Amino acid sequence: MDIHPLMILIAAILPHNIALTYILGMCPLIAISKNLKSAFGMGISVIFVVTLTVVINWPIYYLILVPTNSEILAFVIFIITIAASVQLLEMLLEKFFPPLQSAFGIFLPLITVNCIVLAISLFMVLRQYDFIRTLCFALGSSIGWSLAIVILAAINEKLALVSDIPKGLKGPAIILIILGILSLAFMGFGGMMKIQ
Amino acid sequence: MVKKLEKLSYTRVGRIIINGLWRDNPIFCMVLGICSSLAITNRVENAIAMGLGVTFATVFTSGIISAIRNFIPGRVRMITYMVIASTLVICVDQFLKAFFPVISEAMGPYVGLIITNCIVMGRAEAFAIKNPVGYSLLDGLSCGMGYSYALIVMSIIRETLAFGTILRIRVMPEIWTNWVVMAMAPGAFILLASYLWIMRTLAHIEPEKK
Repeated sequence: MDIHPLMILIAAILPHNIALTYILGMCPLIAISKNLKSAFGMGISVIFVVTLTVVINWPIYYLILVPTNSEILAFVIFIITIAASVQLLEMLLEKFFPPLQSAFGIFLPLITVNCIVLAISLFMVLRQYDFIRTLCFALGSSIGWSLAIVILAAINEKLALVSDIPKGLKGPAIILIILGILSLAFMGFGGMMKIQ
Repeated sequence: MVKKLEKLSYTRVGRIIINGLWRDNPIFCMVLGICSSLAITNRVENAIAMGLGVTFATVFTSGIISAIRNFIPGRVRMITYMVIASTLVICVDQFLKAFFPVISEAMGPYVGLIITNCIVMGRAEAFAIKNPVGYSLLDGLSCGMGYSYALIVMSIIRETLAFGTILRIRVMPEIWTNWVVMAMAPGAFILLASYLWIMRTLAHIEPEKK
């Protein structure tokens, strides 16, 4: 792996967008994309949590699990770190930044079960990134995911005002169609660079 | 015979099976757990492996949770589900790595993502935490089977259109042009959307009002 970290960052935002090419983190995309403001809050909290968890998970994996030859435990350890760090973040926010907590505190518990947090830790192991590249990858992927949810929410808001959607398409189905079109659009970035 | 079946559908066991397979089908009705399902359904073999993995994890998570349900404090129940689910998923992962390395390679990180699959969590939270072991096992099994058949249906359509094959055996005529897009993300999204559209129009299921 000798790709420049900056390349990884950009690649993870655009051509390898985690929501639109790897189809991860769909549950919140479908559930919380009704309005722009909450989508934005969710996006920011995901960026926060994802970056925090890889900063914790990378040393745990490479400094503890690999030397002791117990990589098999990675899933359990990652899940525990994620749950614990989300809990910790929530408590810290409550103590020191109450306004921030009331702004996106409600999204934090949801993130624990969000696939992308775990997925990014797993990709980190799978692609054998070093620490800087992992950080860039995590940052890029979470920004990419936030980009996707914000675009989707903006489209949804407009759609609720003007459109006449067939009855059977209402709800999740129309969101999936929008996502399909968005991911077609993001495929246009595909030729830009490869990171695998 | 039909009457007998009808009677069966009113018993508790029958209801659990029907709910899992049809009425509350995780993918087609509740649109849950679609992250990993859309990503790996481009080949039938991956779909089968994923379906079995999820079924295994759901059945045993439900079983274990319901066996120890009286000892789990309410505050930490989520993390308990996760630790149990991830232990089972490690078994699935190691099994696939040992016996089906090709499939394991193709599925990549998605095996691990069974842990955060909403179905495993959902069944533990909605059913296993307040029901006896037998029913919980059955509920996990029927939900897992419902999930698997949904995956297999989608993967059959996608593999046929995208590669002209089913389980790598050619089914389409030679003249068929592969729709490569069906193997990628946009195809998955649009296929599931059209499926939901058709099903809801046919069944007149009202979309949830939120």
